[in-house]
Amino acid sequence: MKATPLSNCERRFLLRAIEERKRLDGRQCYDYRNVRISFGVDYGCCIVELGKTRVLAQVSCELVPPKANRPTEGILFFNLELSPMAAPGFEPGRQTELLVRVNRLIERCLRNSKCIDTESLCVVAGEKVWQIRLDLHLLNHDGNIVDAASIAGIVALCHFRRPDVSVQGEEVTVYTPEERDPVPLSIHHMPICVSFAFFQQGTYLLVDPSEREERVMDGVLVIAMNKHQEICTIQSSGGIMLVKDQVLRCSKITAVKVAEMTELIQKALENDQKARKEGGKFGFAESIPNQKITAFKMESAAVDTNNVEEQAEEIITKADPPAEVFTNPILHTPGTAQIGEGIENSWGELEESEREEVVEEEDESEAAGFEDQKMETEETITVEKTKNETIVVSDSEEEEVVILEPQEPPKRTRTQTSSKQEKTSKKTFNKRRRKKRAT
Amino acid sequence: MAAESGVAAEACVGQVVLPGDLLLLPAHPDEDGERLRLGTGTAPRGRLLCGPGLRRCGAGLLVTKCGLLRHRQAGSGAAAGGVYWVDSQQKRYVPVKGDHVIGIVTAKAGDVFKLDVGGSEQASLSYLAFEGATKRNRPNVQVGDLIYGQFLVANKDMEPEMVCIDSSGRSTGMGIIGQDGFLFKVSLGLIRKLLAPKCEIIEELSQLYPFELVLGMNGRIWVKAKTVQQTLIIVNILEACEYMTAEQRKQALAKLSGN
Repeated sequence: MKATPLSNCERRFLLRAIEERKRLDGRQCYDYRNVRISFGVDYGCCIVELGKTRVLAQVSCELVPPKANRPTEGILFFNLELSPMAAPGFEPGRQTELLVRVNRLIERCLRNSKCIDTESLCVVAGEKVWQIRLDLHLLNHDGNIVDAASIAGIVALCHFRRPDVSVQGEEVTVYTPEERDPVPLSIHHMPICVSFAFFQQGTYLLVDPSEREERVMDGVLVIAMNKHQEICTIQSSGGIMLVKDQVLRCSKITAVKVAEMTELIQKALENDQKARKEGGKFGFAESIPNQKITAFKMESAAVDTNNVEEQAEEIITKADPPAEVFTNPILHTPGTAQIGEGIENSWGELEESEREEVVEEEDESEAAGFEDQKMETEETITVEKTKNETIVVSDSEEEEVVILEPQEPPKRTRTQTSSKQEKTSKKTFNKRRRKKRAT
Repeated sequence: MAAESGVAAEACVGQVVLPGDLLLLPAHPDEDGERLRLGTGTAPRGRLLCGPGLRRCGAGLLVTKCGLLRHRQAGSGAAAGGVYWVDSQQKRYVPVKGDHVIGIVTAKAGDVFKLDVGGSEQASLSYLAFEGATKRNRPNVQVGDLIYGQFLVANKDMEPEMVCIDSSGRSTGMGIIGQDGFLFKVSLGLIRKLLAPKCEIIEELSQLYPFELVLGMNGRIWVKAKTVQQTLIIVNILEACEYMTAEQRKQALAKLSGN
């Protein structure tokens, strides 16, 4: 699917709002959105929500032979996928520039920073090492995929437990989770990415841009840092030119944000640990809240139905039963009849479709089940067209009323159809008249 | 397909129905019109209108969308016997003929503008379909502008076609939406709720600040107030109305008007 285009009015409004230092959701320029971390039942599975942006992370491990040039190190594999459910513009199997950029950033942030001790993943040097695989899925795109993905990645890695292994001589025993508790990975530090969006050639800067803000930004600067204030990776994209002190300012802001975020992550991990130990409930079903849609709730309005039945009975007993035949047509002159009051004159629309004719006929008569009568009138229409006797144009306000001389005395037994005949003959005549006028 | 025995439609009004449910309509009334029974078990006379989410099938109505079943006893006229429809929650819009929507111009191709309306295809809009437009006097429409119009043609076989005038040639409020203001998207159910006559939300908001509002049936809302701050407040309240109950909304508005 194509992504929804950004309209001019949105762009103008967003830029104006940013100039006034206002953001769409009421945040300040350096504020992050609410971060929610929830863990699944398995170790190593977590969902991180940064505002409405949601990323699912899953860590898994496998014993494989190591790489030839690094026989004593484990293997790390990172993969981020932009699911089509995240945004209408994402299609499966298509490598977009965004996907490549985010994947590279996550890899640099987590691999090059050496936050995971790969030496500890070695089981038998040169033969068996652990391959740790981190899969990230973007479930909803509301801006700032990089930050959400990096948080999800590091949280999942910290949460993950690999099976315990023991080596005795040549024998390697891998214990199942039932035999021995699984062992966490050895993680030195937690690098977290922080994104800065720049507007108006670097004049204005926003932390954690939302999706709308990302559409109008000039460029973005991503800094990955850990709580020891070590910069793990830094990347600027979008072609903006940044001054030195801007970059330094951003790095100071990053330090503050990363400290807060690390604290939050630690707390979340501890809570989950506690819940599991105490035997409490854990997993997504518990932690993801339900949202109630109240859009369809209408306050019930009291209706006074006290004497509805009596009123209705009264009305019915007084009213005449609906006649099977049509009400007596009003005879204007011999050969012309009018049934009912009729609705506003809309004969001008006759030429458009026969359907209009049928609607009119239904409106002007009151009984139900007139389909068969319609069939009869349709046959008679063709008959009437050929006969057109002398015309007398009346001076009535309804200028379209034309009084025709009767063609032949209709059988009085079928009053309904004959009246319809005359009515349709009126209409058909007008049809012809209209056509004459048009030419 | 094994047909389950259906449930009476009247019994399900206000309850959740799922696709595949068969709703039985009450038996047809006697054709003899002289005897009319009135009471709680009145059979509807005349034509019964089958609304969105339902399809006629043999004995009754087949549910095609999940949601709450609604019923309205229409007064008199052609649709006596009432309307049944399913209120479902949806964010993805499907073009329907006659709907008024807000579209974003994506391309100008000769005599025709291409608009994105949130459906699977882009809608086309002729430049003559504006009030007072002639071959010499073209409307001033740029790529990225917002247009409020209605669907002239919208079925699954053709690309939808929009116009900005009604059948008599008047614009009745349709056309290019002004330059300022903000556009955002909500679910279709909220739009229907806001378009209901005497909507409480809109009345309460109008007590707060004066503002201009355009609601498109494709889930898009355009708002313009005097300042950016006011516009943002209205946008946030409308977005939050989906999940807020009436009391929460009143509280939020009271807090705002107190400031």
